[in-house]
Amino acid sequence: MTLPTIEAQSARSDDRPNLDDYDGTCRAFRWSDARGLLDGLPDGGLNIAYEAVDRHVAHGNGDRLALRWIDNDETAHDLSYADLATATNRFANVLAALGLKSGDRVFSLLGRTPELYIAALGALKGGHVFSPLFSAFGPEPIKARMTIGGAKLLVTTKSLYRRKVAPIRAQLDSLEHVLLIDGTDDLPDGTVSLSDALASASGDFDVVATDPEDMALLHFTSGTTGRPKGAIHVHAAVTAHHVTGKYALDLQPGDVYWCTADPGWVTGTSYGIISPLTNGVTMIVDQAEFDAERWYRILQDQRVTVWYTAPTAIRMLMKVGADLPKTFDLSALRFMASVGEPLNPEAVVWGDQTFGRPFHDNWWQTETGGIMIANYPSMPVKPGSMGKPLPGIEAAVVEHANGAVKELTEPGAMGELALKTGWPSMMRGYLDEEERYRKCFSGDWYLTGDLATRDADGYYWFVGRADDVIKAAGHLIGPFEVESALMEHPAVAEAGVIGVPDPTAGEMVKAYVALKPGFTADDALNRELRGHARKRLGPAVAPKMIEFRENLPKTRSGKIMRRLLKARELGLPEGDISTLESDEK
Amino acid sequence: MTREEIEQVVTDELGHIAPEVDIDLVDRDGDIREEFDIDSMDFLTLVTGLHERLGIDIPEADYAKLDSLDSAVSYLEMHLVA
Repeated sequence: MTLPTIEAQSARSDDRPNLDDYDGTCRAFRWSDARGLLDGLPDGGLNIAYEAVDRHVAHGNGDRLALRWIDNDETAHDLSYADLATATNRFANVLAALGLKSGDRVFSLLGRTPELYIAALGALKGGHVFSPLFSAFGPEPIKARMTIGGAKLLVTTKSLYRRKVAPIRAQLDSLEHVLLIDGTDDLPDGTVSLSDALASASGDFDVVATDPEDMALLHFTSGTTGRPKGAIHVHAAVTAHHVTGKYALDLQPGDVYWCTADPGWVTGTSYGIISPLTNGVTMIVDQAEFDAERWYRILQDQRVTVWYTAPTAIRMLMKVGADLPKTFDLSALRFMASVGEPLNPEAVVWGDQTFGRPFHDNWWQTETGGIMIANYPSMPVKPGSMGKPLPGIEAAVVEHANGAVKELTEPGAMGELALKTGWPSMMRGYLDEEERYRKCFSGDWYLTGDLATRDADGYYWFVGRADDVIKAAGHLIGPFEVESALMEHPAVAEAGVIGVPDPTAGEMVKAYVALKPGFTADDALNRELRGHARKRLGPAVAPKMIEFRENLPKTRSGKIMRRLLKARELGLPEGDISTLESDEK
Repeated sequence: MTREEIEQVVTDELGHIAPEVDIDLVDRDGDIREEFDIDSMDFLTLVTGLHERLGIDIPEADYAKLDSLDSAVSYLEMHLVA
């Protein structure tokens, strides 16, 4: 069903968005001009944290509010840009005192607390590489990522350390230091109190003059097969973080901005730390998990002007209904955006009816580092469309032919979404995985793995994934990682993991399991397997449902045909099953 | 229904979602999401399960009142009586 186009938001108000003239800006746009919006360091250096924090202090705006943290009890704690500069300097000094060198990997496993922001920016100031881990990961995803990333130092809490890191610590060969943000005494062996370390560190630090091409961030993402991939991003990415925040999120001086994404994922870093700070706005950070009433209260009390959230959250708000927001004063809200998975058209329209403005969906990936395709306040919104490419970004729908790609220009033609290489926040590689990195490109096109169409007006529409990765609540989950954890259980002979549609989360992780002889497929074993998976993978990755099968459909080479499991689960045509050797029972 | 019976229903449902958790080691006043390692989707499953077992409508606005095992049991006890 196609819902009517919604008139451009800027045509309905006096607000003048940053991107007022889409076509004109696209024609005139140069990445070198965008780079000129930032200061840089002497001798051609560029450092994300300098641009995000210290630059504002140098320009006399140190007293501006950078971060307002709302703790679980809804008490607000404020950090100005000057406070943040000092705190990140201290953190950088702590790392230096521990002997960390440029390029060393600093990991965090934290909920949304100020220390996470200080650690991220402090590590970048010191020329180290920062990699955030989602705190709902279990020990296995943590171990895999810290091992691949060669983690030298971890910042976490006592409780997360005890539950998720201590059991695997002995296997983390590269890990030398663990800093705990809570408590100063009674600390587990092999850990250090961060607050003690910070207290004796100087608040002055000379930002390391990183080269624009030096590695800055390591974000993990999942593929269909194999272990997680560490996407490498460099300091030059900050130009894209900055200008895409200006255009796609309309960040303006004086804005109060709330990105609800967790910094354990790329959105929460690019647009939950870096972009808002380079744009000099005030960030709201909420420690608590989703709660409809609390969220509306924050939007009201903090006078949030720009709100960047996700489809799962919007759908949960829709379930609560339109009456609750009416009891709050949300008049400060100027721009609402969504990312993580395609926002269904009904949710776009619901936003318009409920808040008097639509949610503006946008599209990007861990690999792209920043928003690539978006709906803008100056452009009519076609509900369900991801919008048009950012200035400086060239997108296309392509098909594969004879080892090359061919652009499909016919409106509505379906193919793989591709982007012309050359923007600054493009990943520079998957860590130690040259082959998998190379496979992402054909000529000068980056292949996204997403299927899409483009209509006659140039709007892009998401169709589906070209591979088997699962998107649950906006997070990419690799089926192989889940299957591997299930296979570790002595009862499991085979496991096939797919995403099944869920009205709220988009997709939910479901596993099909065939047992070894001697085991009985009953409720008790089902619970045991789910518990086993949750202990290893954590709630964000573990399957929510497990179904037993006597046999899973396999190809001749023994590869489980997830595509077939999914088609059958959804009652869809089975497609080409010529490679099927051993069928499901 | 006694408080003990209500508690049994809650721990049953939690046990279904997070079968690996040893109920005897849980801090009953602690954050239910942390104690049982459940995410937002698991929490919705819990609320739906409690609704089906007990026939109580739990409006979204009340979710915050189920933030620990003990407070969830108290909330349900109050609404079963009413």
